[in-house]
Amino acid sequence: MNFIIIIISAIFVNNIVLAKFLGVCPFIGVSNRVETSIGMTGAVTFVMVISTIVTYLLQHYILIPFGISFMQTITFILVIAALVQMVEIMLKKVSPVLYQALGIFLPLITTNCAVLGVAILAVQNDYNLIESVVFSIANAIGFGMALLLFSGIREQLELVDIPQPMKGVPIAFIVAGLLAMAFMGFAGIV
Amino acid sequence: MNQWKNFNKGFFRENAVFVLFLGLCPTLGVTTSVINGVGMGLATTFVLLMSNIVVTLIKNFIPDKVRIPSFIIIIASFVTIVELLMQAYLPGLFDELGLFIPLIVVNCLVLGRAEAFASKNSFLSSVTDGLGMGFGFTMALFFLGGVREILGSGSFLGFKFIPGDGILLFILAPGAFIALGYLIMIMNKINKKTT
Repeated sequence: MNFIIIIISAIFVNNIVLAKFLGVCPFIGVSNRVETSIGMTGAVTFVMVISTIVTYLLQHYILIPFGISFMQTITFILVIAALVQMVEIMLKKVSPVLYQALGIFLPLITTNCAVLGVAILAVQNDYNLIESVVFSIANAIGFGMALLLFSGIREQLELVDIPQPMKGVPIAFIVAGLLAMAFMGFAGIV
Repeated sequence: MNQWKNFNKGFFRENAVFVLFLGLCPTLGVTTSVINGVGMGLATTFVLLMSNIVVTLIKNFIPDKVRIPSFIIIIASFVTIVELLMQAYLPGLFDELGLFIPLIVVNCLVLGRAEAFASKNSFLSSVTDGLGMGFGFTMALFFLGGVREILGSGSFLGFKFIPGDGILLFILAPGAFIALGYLIMIMNKINKKTT
């Protein structure tokens, strides 16, 4: 039951992009095409889940026992940066096809605040290991869903005649605002 | 003259939020009021300035291959300093900004300036660049915070001049996106006129 609440809350009610404003940079940056957003979602999901597991273990077995939880930010970002690097090397060897597909998105993930944000939130919410994993998967799905919906709309937008200063990013933000408004409708569920 | 140009480019021509679209997450997340926006902006400016200074001083000692991780460690150290200082002296603001303080680490603006500017330029230009970019970012947060606070709660800097609730939407998430969209549009219009 608890898991269902975590999942629904992370995907719909507190959607990571549209309600918590994490990962807005890739959300605006790579959402021009549907294919690129699928690639980005795949890479983010991968890194987000693994980094949440690793940071959870670090937080509970190293930082807290040694009383150095003020090092949290430094440790977590290092873990994420190292993981992204490792995933890149491993993918190159294991699955060159997937590596080709994700390509340029992998290095970008280090500075995706959604990954660090989810790792810190999972610790702040006092989740246990399994809850943290569920939380990170649900957030990755929420990120992917928002990104896919948004890129679908943006592909259509290119054909529309809009005032010159509005073209590109400004209209994208207004569309994101409308999408966020739609997601507010889920607020009563949990 | 050159340094002055280097300083003021952060405000209009290369404004982080309105033109380069960097650091959008804290921009949208914390600007429910002017105070929060400016607090976040100044914290980011401090981190940006200090990391620019350190990066430019040690740029010749960092091997090229590990420069990004080294920059991230430098930035993360200053973020931790800001986090601890804020918790000690400004606990109210610290609670309001919450998660977004540690997230200064992943603000693309800070890493972007370290990589694109401080690692290639002299000490003095890195200082002016850090200050200019930081204050430009703060200005953007000030405007967005101002618009959202005036429309959303009918007050400015906590001083209430419209009785009642205001348009609640602008305090909530959708208002942030919509207000920023219109601000960027206005900025596009201004920049087009001057060039």
